[in-house]
Amino acid sequence: MLTMERWRRVIAQYRSVPGDEVPVILSRDGTHGPVVHGLSAAATMRGIKAGARVVDVQAIHPDLHVEPADLEGDEALIQRLVHWARRWCPWTARDQDHGLLLDVTGCTHLFGGEAAMLRDIRSRFALQGLTARVAMAPTPGAAQALARFGSGAQICGTEDVSAALAPLPVAALRLDTQTTRLLDRLGLKTIGALSDLSRAALMRRFASLKPDRNPLILLDKALGKAPDPLNAPPDHRHFITRSRLPEPVIDPAPHLPALVEDLCTLLARAELGARRLRLTIYRIDGDWRALGVATARASRDPAHLRRLFDGKLENIDSGFGFDLLTLEATDSEPLPLMQDHLDGKRDPSADVAGLLDRLAAKLGADKVNWPQWRETHKPERVEQRVDALHGTPTAAPALLRDRPLRLLTPPEEVRVIYAVPEGPPSQFNWRRVTYKTTRHTGPERIAPEWWRDRPGTRLRDYYKVEVEGGQRFWLYREGVIYDGRGAEPRWFLHGLFA
Amino acid sequence: MTTDSTYGQVLTLPRRRPSTPPEPGVLAAHAPLTDVFPGAFATAPASAFVLSLLPRGKGPVLWVQDFLSRRENGAPYTPSLRGFGLEQPVLLVTVSHPRDVLWTMEEGAACAGLSAVIGEVHGGPEVLDFTATKRLSLRAEASNVPLYLIRSGDPGGLSAARMRWRISSLPSQAHPYDAQAPGAARWDLELFRARGHAPGRWVAAHDPDKGQSPRAADRLRLVPYADYGAVAPGDRPIPQRSGG
Repeated sequence: MLTMERWRRVIAQYRSVPGDEVPVILSRDGTHGPVVHGLSAAATMRGIKAGARVVDVQAIHPDLHVEPADLEGDEALIQRLVHWARRWCPWTARDQDHGLLLDVTGCTHLFGGEAAMLRDIRSRFALQGLTARVAMAPTPGAAQALARFGSGAQICGTEDVSAALAPLPVAALRLDTQTTRLLDRLGLKTIGALSDLSRAALMRRFASLKPDRNPLILLDKALGKAPDPLNAPPDHRHFITRSRLPEPVIDPAPHLPALVEDLCTLLARAELGARRLRLTIYRIDGDWRALGVATARASRDPAHLRRLFDGKLENIDSGFGFDLLTLEATDSEPLPLMQDHLDGKRDPSADVAGLLDRLAAKLGADKVNWPQWRETHKPERVEQRVDALHGTPTAAPALLRDRPLRLLTPPEEVRVIYAVPEGPPSQFNWRRVTYKTTRHTGPERIAPEWWRDRPGTRLRDYYKVEVEGGQRFWLYREGVIYDGRGAEPRWFLHGLFA
Repeated sequence: MTTDSTYGQVLTLPRRRPSTPPEPGVLAAHAPLTDVFPGAFATAPASAFVLSLLPRGKGPVLWVQDFLSRRENGAPYTPSLRGFGLEQPVLLVTVSHPRDVLWTMEEGAACAGLSAVIGEVHGGPEVLDFTATKRLSLRAEASNVPLYLIRSGDPGGLSAARMRWRISSLPSQAHPYDAQAPGAARWDLELFRARGHAPGRWVAAHDPDKGQSPRAADRLRLVPYADYGAVAPGDRPIPQRSGG
């Protein structure tokens, strides 16, 4: 259900969504090819079951609309919903199969009673475009069984748990398929039938099963005879400072230092440092604007963090003014308290990290790079530049061949006079100047990397040439004549030697 | 040469210009800001010269380049930097305007964790005037991080740099095994303005065996330019070997 609804909402942003009458299935990879993961209402009407193989289903229903499911996206949404659901109660946890468990003990009166709370939950999920099946019961096992297999918005008291669960199928206990099928064969189709059996007989029959698959233990948990605590993940910690202004203003700069100071105090108390900051202004016309900066390593130095915003605040569009601004550490890392050097010297690596932050904040993170090296034959692929904020410098490789000190990207085409077919260049014309070569070495042949290059890429013959003025160039001929990969080979100037 | 007009007798001979001795102090001199002016397409020799001058240390080297310089002279090819004895990591910054090059160099000069800053600007832009170089020089003096400015395609105006060099390519030395191949690189190096040093002109070559030496004077070999003709190998073009 959630998969399909989320898919419809995501896809609606890019293209038109198929109508309700079109049977749509979402597929995921199974052991033997794709299997059905999510179904639209029209597909369910046709009797398609989740878990069936897509090819089989398509053979029966040729007009089926098949799309890939986004499992990670669904999981991320569920994780967000777990925390969002804490609006109703402090303890929430993720249940399997797109379920949420809420421990609402002592919270229902805040929403006007149990029934009103369930109504509120359903309507708030509906506002998000999600359909929620809800039920309330004294144990998590019973609540999930009633929500999935019950009659809808059921509220079950402590006394009538067994009565409410009795008509539900045994699959509601979250048994695996083998156990369900076995119980089915034994004629135990409902939970009521299962609980009527003697405990000793059940225990003997299913002693080999693990506790989370064992029908007796699961039944005990659902009925409240065995403990089944809720393991709620801890709350996300938000580090955010706000500044409410009595009157709208245009310039955020005078308010920034106080915000940064407050945020750094919060971070220091938690022994954390900020990796990403976001400054948001809320304009009086109801709009908002945000500004983000990042740091190379965790920092809670107010002066440093404030400097990262230098030169950026002017570009923020305040409109007719704003009356609220917030500064949030969207990403933080542990940063223990550190003792400075007694002689007043600073840590050089901290200096470099601070420099990286300032450069990246002003010039853009993609302009500040560390080089990294890969093992490849193509000269331009050896060096790879990574963002300095997130990468680290690696040790330089030892060069086996003579390589130029400067590389032209992309290589520039030159007109060359050479002895056809594979002679060295004797004269070439680059940037409207003619050079006569006096000495040369080569060719060094670099074949295309078939595992990476497009088919039809030509080989390169590299020459290091020295011209009459004394300059040393790195030229290459792309391909050989009659190699069947294009017309006459062209020449390129690729690098400059010292 | 002067001659007596009556007898046609030679009275004095012209004094031969003394060749500039290779001054080791020139390379060892500490300059907060050094200007290097490469000749035509001699940015690679200029980079090699700067790399030979760089102090050997642990801190990274900041290498900043503007877009025009990158297009005209290419980008530094980091795998080959080790050939010039550079062991420390290189932080590469590419910006779109020379103004940002100067700003980045200034930020780098304020950071004591760096071992050096190299900046490249092409075409002598207006922002690179005396005031800008003075700012850089003062910053570098305060933090003890040397700055090197490679100014290609620049006639060279006023500058506050303590050392100003001009460099261009010379035909390379003879290859030990292959007469047709270019050998070790040589450059025509001219110090045309320096505080505390006499200007001079040398033929310079990088010594790859001493790339790790802590003294810049060991890493670069200087020979007075006046003696150049004596040590130059035959520059006659060697007849082309037909390939294939």
